[in-house]
Amino acid sequence: MKPGFLAKNPSVLSFLLVLAIFTLAVTLMSEAYGAGLVSTSMVKTLGKTLTLCLIAIAMDLIWGYTGILSLGHFAFFGLGGYMVGMWLMYARTREIVVSSAAGALPMTPQELQDAIATQIFGVVGTSELPAVWAFAGSLPAQLALVVLVPGVLAFVFGWFAFKSRVTGVYLSILTQAMTLALSLYLFQNDSGLRGNNGLSGLQNIPGLDGVGQDALSVWFLWASALALGLGYLLAHFVVSGKFGSVIRGIRDDEARVRFLGYSVENYKLFVFTLTAIIAAIAGALYYPQAGIINPAEIAPIASIYLAVWVAIGGRGRLYGAVIGAAFVSLVSTWFTGGRAPDLPLGFYTIKWVDWWSVLLGLSFVLVTLFAPKGIAGIADWLQGLRPPRRGGAPLGPGDGSLQEKEALE
Amino acid sequence: MRRLFLALAAGMILALPALPVAAQQAPAPTQTTTPTAPISRPTSGLAAVLAENAAAIAKPSRQTIGPVIAAIGAAGPGAPEFLEAWADRRVGQRADGRFVLLAPAPEGYALSDPATGQALGTAPKSEITELKPNSGVRGLIASALVEFQLNDPDPAKRRAALDALARNGGPEHIAPLRAAIETEPDAAIRAAKERLEGLLTIRHGSDPARRIAAIEGFGSDLGLDLRGALNPLLATTRRAFAGAPEGNIAAELTPGRGDFDAEAAYALLVAQDMAPARLTRAALRAALEAHIVEGKVGGIPVAELDDPARRDAAYAALETAGLVPPAATDDEVAAAVVAHRYADLYAEPDAAVTDAARAALHGIETTVGAMQVADLALDALSLGSIYFLAAIGLAITFGVMRVINMAHGEFITMGAYTGYVVQTWISDYTISILVALPLAFAVTFGAGVAMERLVIRHLYKRPLETLLATFGISIALQQIFKNVFGTQARPLTSPGWLDGALMLNDVVSISYIRIAIFVLALIFLGIFLWIMTRTRLGLEVRAVTQNPSMAASMGINPDRINMLTFGLGSGIAGIAGVAIGLFAKVTSELGSDHIVQSFMTVVVGGVGNIWGTLAGATLIGSLQKGIEWLNPSNTLAAQTYMILFIIFFIQFRPRGIIALKGRAAGD
Repeated sequence: MKPGFLAKNPSVLSFLLVLAIFTLAVTLMSEAYGAGLVSTSMVKTLGKTLTLCLIAIAMDLIWGYTGILSLGHFAFFGLGGYMVGMWLMYARTREIVVSSAAGALPMTPQELQDAIATQIFGVVGTSELPAVWAFAGSLPAQLALVVLVPGVLAFVFGWFAFKSRVTGVYLSILTQAMTLALSLYLFQNDSGLRGNNGLSGLQNIPGLDGVGQDALSVWFLWASALALGLGYLLAHFVVSGKFGSVIRGIRDDEARVRFLGYSVENYKLFVFTLTAIIAAIAGALYYPQAGIINPAEIAPIASIYLAVWVAIGGRGRLYGAVIGAAFVSLVSTWFTGGRAPDLPLGFYTIKWVDWWSVLLGLSFVLVTLFAPKGIAGIADWLQGLRPPRRGGAPLGPGDGSLQEKEALE
Repeated sequence: MRRLFLALAAGMILALPALPVAAQQAPAPTQTTTPTAPISRPTSGLAAVLAENAAAIAKPSRQTIGPVIAAIGAAGPGAPEFLEAWADRRVGQRADGRFVLLAPAPEGYALSDPATGQALGTAPKSEITELKPNSGVRGLIASALVEFQLNDPDPAKRRAALDALARNGGPEHIAPLRAAIETEPDAAIRAAKERLEGLLTIRHGSDPARRIAAIEGFGSDLGLDLRGALNPLLATTRRAFAGAPEGNIAAELTPGRGDFDAEAAYALLVAQDMAPARLTRAALRAALEAHIVEGKVGGIPVAELDDPARRDAAYAALETAGLVPPAATDDEVAAAVVAHRYADLYAEPDAAVTDAARAALHGIETTVGAMQVADLALDALSLGSIYFLAAIGLAITFGVMRVINMAHGEFITMGAYTGYVVQTWISDYTISILVALPLAFAVTFGAGVAMERLVIRHLYKRPLETLLATFGISIALQQIFKNVFGTQARPLTSPGWLDGALMLNDVVSISYIRIAIFVLALIFLGIFLWIMTRTRLGLEVRAVTQNPSMAASMGINPDRINMLTFGLGSGIAGIAGVAIGLFAKVTSELGSDHIVQSFMTVVVGGVGNIWGTLAGATLIGSLQKGIEWLNPSNTLAAQTYMILFIIFFIQFRPRGIIALKGRAAGD
């Protein structure tokens, strides 16, 4: 009998176990279902962190495995959030409008829609429902759009970019331009998504008024954990077979893979679109927990932070991406939340709220310089894995190819 | 003497319509003077005129006061002051019938003689009858005053009078203004008077031939004031007519053509009471709610009324029952719209005048359009030079060394802050800028060299890692700027001689600071070309760029060259920072605001070639300005579309406008 997928990849099983234990532990300590040791806001933070780990996996697939440094994946993350946020906001507003309706006559559909549009778009000075909200009343349609809109955008963008063989730093800058263009577009009031106000009140789930935020936060934690688990499985499945070998080959020497007869562009396009969809699903789970989304969330800086997480966690390792995202975002929350103690130096007191970014930036430089394997390098060291000896040469001439120190597997 | 004559002439013109009335009234004043108090009668001058017309002045009426004002105006010294005081209600009549100028005083009024200005002591308020001319009379006085001001010996006062007329001149000012042109000694003021006379004639003139002549007299003038005078002539109102349209028709409209649809046509009919109002959804709802009987409206259950068709049916039922006023049905609306004709009418009745104005305005618009294109080109050039300045350092580090420096924006910020710090030390703006430029170069050169030595040197073979590492530095630097200088914007003031703008005409203008930046960009282009093609350093840089190991075997130290090149690129970023800081706010985000455009400039232009950077900056600058011009309300949209354009541009010329060929291309 052939060994199963999990049996061949024990690391997947242990990851899923850790994730399950973590979710169970948080549930048992939550205010809704357990001892109440973990506050609701903390549960939300942990849930959000799990979705960030999911987009980090997507980033690791596209950057760590395929060698494409995309600086635009938070655009897809944000788009996913916007798509689910439209339904949340529309349905929630409809509940409010229906319950507070005045007058003796029942509302016509047109009147109902006008009232909802006035409620939602009053802040940007219009009362027309823009065309992009056509499906906002339907949950299945919006959930489909969560996948479709970022997927199609990534496909079209990738089609143009990869077919014209834009590679390396050019592609990075191009993806950054894409996310900048998208965020600038969403900043306009007439983009139909409430301009810089963004969508708000997303933490209230329509139809679940009886359920408190404490229980909802745990439900979202479960959903996020489930999505992360499935995403990890999918990503591991993608990178472990022949397909994974091809995309690693593209990372290390694109020209050689092309000469071997593989259609490099199609592989890249597939990975780019797939990771965009994973990012969008992560965003769709993140923003109902965050409660608000606005265009600043998809500014280029967010996508660069994503690269920072993956780099610090260790690119080219799925668990490295997860560890990096969880570690950096949690530590970042701790430092910027004002809970870290000030560091008195005698002549100057370091307030971490102000200096955390400096610390992050510099540690990022240090990781890039001295520990290209990131935190995941510790795991390699524990397993006694050694990089191959190649006399300092990279594995391939491509911009994204791994260096001697980080090449394993 | 000439002045007196002029004033008389003007007075005559003003007085003409009132002459017959004045002739009848003329004897009246002498009868009403109080006989009990004998007044010493001056024989001439203002005092005489006042005494003669005492009754008319005390109780003025718009019909009769014209000749009196003319007479006062011609009366010589003191007349303008008296008129001014009269219009301001500062003239009173004493019990003895004598007119005095009033000024507020503790015990009532301080009095002075209108003719001589001599003080006449004070009087309690009860002894003085204040003259209160109504607004019609005040208007007449004001136009008589205008004439005095237009002929005032002081040129400054004449100019002030012209300015006041330009703001709120009326038909009554045309005649005095025309009269004041001939005698004007100052050529500039005379030209201004002639121009204003033309404008007032266009606006308020009564003789169509004269107005058309005035319109045509302006020729190819582009002035805003001329456009301001012409535009009201062409203002239209939209009206509906049962038969053929009447009046000065600008255009006849057909419903459904252009942006005039049947809906708008019917709204016009309703507004002119030519058709019954259409029922709005809100009114329909209110009417139905008012007639709910036992849960039914017009026989239809309330629960069914969430359907618009059922609502209409319910209203129709109410209408037949006579409970609600009839509302126009769709068929009636369509019929009413077809039965009428619609036209835009000019407020100005004379077709010849509007034709002339339209022709003139059309000519002006064509010229203004051309000028706007020129202005836009200047704007684009100046924006392009800013991008060029911001990108030229990047063109060196990225284009020549293939090192991507995400902290380049922070070097720009560093330069701007250097300028700010220098200004806090040196208060003279000119000197401080001259000090700041080399200092900014030195500071950012040092920072660049340090960064190259510490970080980038280790990552030459890994461009993506360089991108990330320099990005880490960028995060850290930006936060350090915030911690040191705070988040609010810091001023970087340009020297006084850079204030203001070079105005070519009303449309085309460019500020001196933008000219300075353009010049600076040109200087840097020159310096860069000189260094790269004429110096030893440039030769070595080019050698190391093309083939580092071969260059090393020729005795060039690639390490040193890389360090210097990187320092040079960073130093230029610092100088660009000073220049950009002069017109943008100096905040810690100054650099990151420009970094994406800078990368775009380099990428679009093509790496490794300064001419490419120049072309890229020009292209991006004109593109952004062009899109902004198409959609002026929305600069965010302009940036969005520009980036989209660049993404597409890269598809077709992935190596930029000017692509390196052969071995120098590096692959």
